Amino acid sequence: MKRWLIALLVLLLGRRRRRPVLDEDARLVPAGSPDRRAENVVLLLFGAATLCAIAFPVIYAWDAIPNQTQFLGLAVGLALAFVSAACIVIGKRLVVTEELEDEYGDAHPDDQEALEQLVDESGSRFTRKKLLLLAGAGAGTALGAAVITPAASLGPVFDVSSLYRTPWRRGIRLVDELGNAFRADDIEEGTFYTAYPEHADREQMGAPLVVVRLEPAELQLPESRNGWAPEGILAFSKICTHAGCAIALYRKPTFPAVQPSPALVCPCHYSTFNVATGGEVVFGPAGRPLPQLPLELSGAGELRAAGNFSGPVGPSWWGVRRHGARP
Amino acid sequence: MVGRAQARGAAVIRRTVRYLDERSGGAPFFRKALRYVFPDHWSFLLGEVALYSFVVLVATGIYLTLFFKPSLAPVVYHGHYLPLKGRELSEAYQSTVDISLRIKAGLLIRQTHHWAADVFVAAIVVHLLRIFFTGAFRKPRELTYYVGLLMLTLALLEGYAGYSLVDDLLSGMGLAIGYSVLMSIPFIGANLAQLVWNGPFPGGQDFESRLYIAHVLILPVAIGGLLALHLTLVAARHHTQFLGPRATEKKVVGMPTLPAYAPRTLGLAFAVAAVLFLMGGLIQINPIWQWGPYHVSQATNGAQPDWYLGWLIGALRLVPSFDVTVGSYTLVPNPFWGGAGFPLFVFGVLFLWPTLERQVTGDRAFHNLLDRPRDAPWRTAIGVAFFTWIFIVFLAGSADRMFVLFGLSYQAQIWAFRVLVWVLPVVALFVTKRVCEELLRGEVVEVRRKLVEAEPA
Amino acid sequence: MRYALLLLAALAFVPVAAGSGTDLYGANCIECHGPQGRGIPERGPSLRGVGARAADFYLRTGYMPLGNPHDQPHRKRVQFTKRELAELVAYVASFGGGPPIPRPEPARGNLAEGQELFTEHCAGCHQIDAEGGYVTNAVAPPLDRASPVEIAEAVRTGPYLMPRFSEKQIGDDQLNSIIRYVQYAKHPDDRGGWSLGHVGPVPEGLVTWFVAVVLLIATCAVIGQRIRS
Repeated sequence: MKRWLIALLVLLLGRRRRRPVLDEDARLVPAGSPDRRAENVVLLLFGAATLCAIAFPVIYAWDAIPNQTQFLGLAVGLALAFVSAACIVIGKRLVVTEELEDEYGDAHPDDQEALEQLVDESGSRFTRKKLLLLAGAGAGTALGAAVITPAASLGPVFDVSSLYRTPWRRGIRLVDELGNAFRADDIEEGTFYTAYPEHADREQMGAPLVVVRLEPAELQLPESRNGWAPEGILAFSKICTHAGCAIALYRKPTFPAVQPSPALVCPCHYSTFNVATGGEVVFGPAGRPLPQLPLELSGAGELRAAGNFSGPVGPSWWGVRRHGARP
Repeated sequence: MVGRAQARGAAVIRRTVRYLDERSGGAPFFRKALRYVFPDHWSFLLGEVALYSFVVLVATGIYLTLFFKPSLAPVVYHGHYLPLKGRELSEAYQSTVDISLRIKAGLLIRQTHHWAADVFVAAIVVHLLRIFFTGAFRKPRELTYYVGLLMLTLALLEGYAGYSLVDDLLSGMGLAIGYSVLMSIPFIGANLAQLVWNGPFPGGQDFESRLYIAHVLILPVAIGGLLALHLTLVAARHHTQFLGPRATEKKVVGMPTLPAYAPRTLGLAFAVAAVLFLMGGLIQINPIWQWGPYHVSQATNGAQPDWYLGWLIGALRLVPSFDVTVGSYTLVPNPFWGGAGFPLFVFGVLFLWPTLERQVTGDRAFHNLLDRPRDAPWRTAIGVAFFTWIFIVFLAGSADRMFVLFGLSYQAQIWAFRVLVWVLPVVALFVTKRVCEELLRGEVVEVRRKLVEAEPA
Repeated sequence: MRYALLLLAALAFVPVAAGSGTDLYGANCIECHGPQGRGIPERGPSLRGVGARAADFYLRTGYMPLGNPHDQPHRKRVQFTKRELAELVAYVASFGGGPPIPRPEPARGNLAEGQELFTEHCAGCHQIDAEGGYVTNAVAPPLDRASPVEIAEAVRTGPYLMPRFSEKQIGDDQLNSIIRYVQYAKHPDDRGGWSLGHVGPVPEGLVTWFVAVVLLIATCAVIGQRIRS
């Protein structure tokens, strides 16, 4: 036991620093003069950083402090800022700033040649290189295509028929957010309503409608839409045909003589649709008029769809004019 | 005593160095790396600002993933924030409201994360401008440049995906627009959109899951990998530099990693983090609890994307109303021009620029020395014109707010912008070229004057 | 005699307008709205049946009088005294009756319902935080200066291009909720810090560039060097 202790003591105390003795010429980093003032500044900065950093958990734990986010941000932000300042002072004042030189790399023609030779000689046993390469490329491409194929399961990439579909068909009642059926009497002039198809999923572009009422004499619908607006009540898709935002603005003139006509406006890029003419674009970038839904009144005076929209709803795509809207 | 402490310190370092070198063989590498030379112009630090913003993004992002629920399952809000009380929200939206309003330090980290995203892209853009206007993209650094551009593209997507995960009213509207832009791609747009969204918009949980994985895994890993490649390429070829007393095409002059550069870059790293956390605590960003949840049937006025997509909303608003049709086939729906064609063109030009410049100037030499912007008047002028063009489009995106604030007619602004967007870049081109040439001429005069004054009388 | 003259002189200083809705109307409104509020084509709509509700709204906000009928009315300094306002409102209300000035009770409203209804009916024009917005050809003004009575009046009247929401569409209880929300939106929960005006990413982008980028470029300038000649 005693021997081990002595050995340990010798080991611990007997080790002396055997620093290599370098002469000044062999210095890797040139010497520089000390700067105690800068050191003091750095000490101060680290001190300040420490205080701010400590403040963070204190503020975090102390619920009574209001504006937590601001004080927490200040605490950690200032701590980081002080550390940053300390690093910069160290960099600019407490370490030597050397200006060293190095070579920019060039091209390596010998190695390039060697590589070319390597590749060439590696393939020197092949007699029909091109054919084999072609075959290999073919196999690789086919494999690549095979590997990518399951990506088609991500969605109906070849079936775009759902883009024509809306939940509206003849006889479906218009209901409000709470599910109450709209009656024609509910619809007043000078305002706008959002309606949904009864019993359908509302979170789809084909669902929401915007409903307005004009005087029947003001209507200027095309011939084909005769009867689409009973009592002057018009229903349009609420989804802008430009880029899919909800058309949540309705502009109604108080004094029609000098004010613009009633229009639905989209708040994204300000496509403006004239309601009297059946949703034609009067301003803004939309490329298609707003699809109109034909309405009919039930015996009880409730508003119902009389068919599907005048065209597919939502933004344009390559097939948007090839078919009408489908239920 | 002092000697003893120093000796102990040196012993620790020696032991560490020996341990690591014996197990990795890394001492020669580290010896070279720690004396690696960095040219030290201040504008060479801009890329690092982007790098450190990315680090903050990943760190704060990881924290957020521990709290965010990427699910659109409906849930009723029972928290303390009254305007949402009792309302049905998606879990994604509610968890973000919770992070912001209930979880301690949650709002700080969330806001820091969002500011970091905005600053990340801004820093990349400033860095890109520096690269462009000094000709740093020239041979042998084209590859580095392409990798950088790719990172910029991914950063835009990553930011968009990030703030769209929250399912709030503002970002939901943005997703509808993104969907519409995808749909507007000729021939394949609708098919691509159905693929990405698993059917028509809004896509439901399938889409939210994909967006989430793209944002927290696929895109960050891609950006990280490209970043590593980018930095390796920069180091392998050494950083470019401006002409100087000893700096030439063959010799790079600068400060070594240790001891000069390391504290400086560390200082910058902490400064970036400091600015981001200070902003995260003091300046509110994206207060989604005020916007409310997204519904397909709802919209708010004044909705805008984050700044780095503002150029697209400007473009979408400026393009006049038309779909390009061939019979009943809609070849180019309207949003394509502003939402897809415009950015594709811009990135196309940026990607092709090194090739274009090489073709036009016939210059195939290595360029390790940078141009000052004035040294390449054509490049600088065309660059200023190009970025002016983009900037004017960007400004057009805020015309509605200009109307509300200053009463300038929206329609008049749109028409004005439609004209300015073509006129101003041309003006900028000629003015910039002239300025560059004048500056150069001025220098020649200065040099001549100095020579004359130095001559003995 | 002297006292009679003094009395007459004193009377001369009594403002003509006081106590005369007819005179106020004649001086400020009749040129566009015509006698008895009948309206004049191309100049001013009929005021018959609009009631105290509409008159009070347009007058107390300064929307009326309006110099040019083609201009959008906007909030401006009211040139009438409280008494003159009351007189004028009463006079306009006398044109064929109409709804009285509403008495909303926002404290009885529900804030969550208020935000839902506001999002549905109002945010499209006025923006979700009531900071105002653009409608083709018009501004939907910010609502930071709107009092509860003004909000109620505006909702029911539909001034200028704004839709007009009746009790059938938005009941009085729901209106209370909406007004409560608008009041709230004047000072929303901004615990994240400086709110930048609650208008979303545009000012955030400005801050990114003019605060963060400037600060960080400045830091780079401190750390790095300049070109040595």
